[in-house]
Amino acid sequence: MQKRIFHIESNDAVARDTFRIVLRTDGPVAVRSGQFVDLDIPGYYLRRPISVSDALPDGVVLYYKVVGEGTRVLSTMSPGSSTELLCSSVYDRGAFPPDPLRREAPNPTRHSPAPTGESLTGLGNGFHPEQCAAEALLIGGGLGAAPLYLLAKELLAAGRKATAVLGFNKADEICLVDELKALGVPVHIATMDGSVGTKGFVTDAIAAAKPAFDRFYTCGPLPMMKAVCAALSAPGEVSLEERMGCGAGFCYGCTVQTASGPRRVCADGPVFDKEEVLW
Amino acid sequence: MVTKDLTVSLCGLQLANPVVPASGTFGFGLELADSFDLNVLGGISLKGTTREARFGNPTPRIAECTAGMINSVGLQNPGIEVLVTEKAPALRKVYRGAIIANISGFSIEEYAYNCGRADACPDIDIIEVNVSCPNVHAGGMAFGTDPASAASVTKAVREVVRNKPVFIKLSPNVTDIVSIAKACEDAGADGITLINTLLGMRIDIRKRKPVIANKMGGFSGPAVFPLALRMVYQVAHACSIPVMGCGGVRRAEDVIEMMMAGATAVQVGAENLRNPMACPEIVAALPALMDSLGINSLQEIIGTV
Repeated sequence: MQKRIFHIESNDAVARDTFRIVLRTDGPVAVRSGQFVDLDIPGYYLRRPISVSDALPDGVVLYYKVVGEGTRVLSTMSPGSSTELLCSSVYDRGAFPPDPLRREAPNPTRHSPAPTGESLTGLGNGFHPEQCAAEALLIGGGLGAAPLYLLAKELLAAGRKATAVLGFNKADEICLVDELKALGVPVHIATMDGSVGTKGFVTDAIAAAKPAFDRFYTCGPLPMMKAVCAALSAPGEVSLEERMGCGAGFCYGCTVQTASGPRRVCADGPVFDKEEVLW
Repeated sequence: MVTKDLTVSLCGLQLANPVVPASGTFGFGLELADSFDLNVLGGISLKGTTREARFGNPTPRIAECTAGMINSVGLQNPGIEVLVTEKAPALRKVYRGAIIANISGFSIEEYAYNCGRADACPDIDIIEVNVSCPNVHAGGMAFGTDPASAASVTKAVREVVRNKPVFIKLSPNVTDIVSIAKACEDAGADGITLINTLLGMRIDIRKRKPVIANKMGGFSGPAVFPLALRMVYQVAHACSIPVMGCGGVRRAEDVIEMMMAGATAVQVGAENLRNPMACPEIVAALPALMDSLGINSLQEIIGTV
C-alpha cells in the first residue's frame, strides 16, 4: 500500500448529514467498485475507511455521513485543501518490474507522481461484476448506495443490465438516485416513513417491483443485508463494514468469523459472497 | 550525508538499527512486504501467538482516542505450529533482520511449550514473552502484574529455551514496574520489553454503551509516550539486562529519547496503524537527526540520561 496526497475539489452536502467529496491526485487512479480508501483527518488519530462511489482518471468520489467529531471536521474541509489517503498500487507488470521489496527505496515516503506503469487503486477486494450473467440487482441501505454507483457503471460497461433498490429512513436522506437514473439504471426506493416510494424495507420494495436479476449486490446496515440474503435465492455479494485499525490487513482489528474461518474485513473483504457471512 | 552508525547490539545480535515494529501492529511481517523494503527494519516483533489458534474477541475491537487508540483484538493468531512452520520461515525468505516471536499463554506450561517450539525454529532470533496482554480474561496480563508470577513464567521459559535471548514484555498496569522487571532479571530473563498497552475504555454516548465489544481494551499511541519513557528509564537504570522501549513512539526524536532513557532497541506500535510507513520513515530520518544532535553512533547514547 502507499500514502498519497489528494486535493479536495469539492465537498458538498447532498442530503441530511451526508456529504459528497471529490478528491484528485497527481497520477492515474484505477479503483474497482467495493474498494475503499483510508482517509486522514487532521487532528484525529485513526484514518477513516470510506468506500469509493466513483472512480475518476486521477481521483475518487466519496460519500460520507457526519456521525461524529472526525467526520464533522471532514465536512468543514474546503476545496483547495488536501488530505492524505492510504491506497494500494496496481502495476502494469510489463512496464514496471515486480520487485516490491525494492521499489520504495531510497525514500519510502512517496507523495510525488507514481512511476510509469503504476496506478493507484483502492484498499480491499471489491465486487465482482463479471460474475453477473446478464442482469444485476443492486440493493443499498442509506449510504450503502455509494459503492453501488461505481458497480452500476462497471456492469453497464460490461454489457450487463442493472436495477437498483435503495432504502432510506426518510426522504431527506435520499442520495444517488438521480445519479443512478442518469446512467439508465431503474431505481426503486423504500423509505421507513413512506414519504417516498414503498413504505418499509428494501425487501418490501423488491417484492413490489419484482425486478429480473441473476445476481445481487448489497451494501448497507447489517440487519438489512441479512434480510436481503434471506429473501433472495440468487447468488449475491455483501459488503461488510467494521471499525478498522490499520485498514490494510496487518492489525487484525476488523476480523469477522465467516464460513471459511476468520477473515479481515479490510483485506479479505469488504465484499464477501453471501454464503460466507455468518449472520 | 555524513555516515552515521545506526547499529545496536542486542544480547549479542547486531541490529541494523534500533527500530522494531511492535507485536500486534505489524502482523507477521509479510503483510507489509509489498509496501516497503522490510530490510530497513532492525527487527520485527511478530503477532502474539498462543498454543492453539484463536479467533480473538468480537468486534468492534478498535476505538479511537485523543492521540491514541484502544484495541481489543484478543490475541487472534493461527497458533504456535503455524508460526514456526509457516509464518517465521516465510518472513525469513525476504527479511534478514531480527525476527522476534511474541509468545503468549494461558498457563505457565503453555508459555514453556510455546517458547520451546519457538526456540527450535531456526528462523526466530529472539523470544519475547508477553505476560501483559490486557485483552484476554485468563492468563496474559495476570502473569505480569506481580513479581512472583512474572518470575515463575520467566523461570519456566528459561529452562526450555537453550538457544535464543528471552525478553519478557511487561504491562504498565502495575504499581511498581521495577520490582517486576528485577524479578524477571533474577529469574533469568535476557531482556525486558516495555510497555504493553494500558487498560482503557471508551463509551459511545449516543448508544450509551462501550465502543469496544469487550468493554475494555489496550490503550496506546502518542498519549502514552511519557509514561512509557518513565518506565523504560526506571527499569533500564534498575536492571543490567537490555530494554526494548515501547509505547507511543511515532518519530525519530522519540527513538533517540527512548534510547537516552535506556532502551537498546525501540519498538513502534500504534503509529504503524495510522501510518504503515512509520518505521521506514523513522529509520530514514535518524541520520539527519543524529547529525543535528552531534550523535555519531546510536549505541553510544543508550542510557546516557
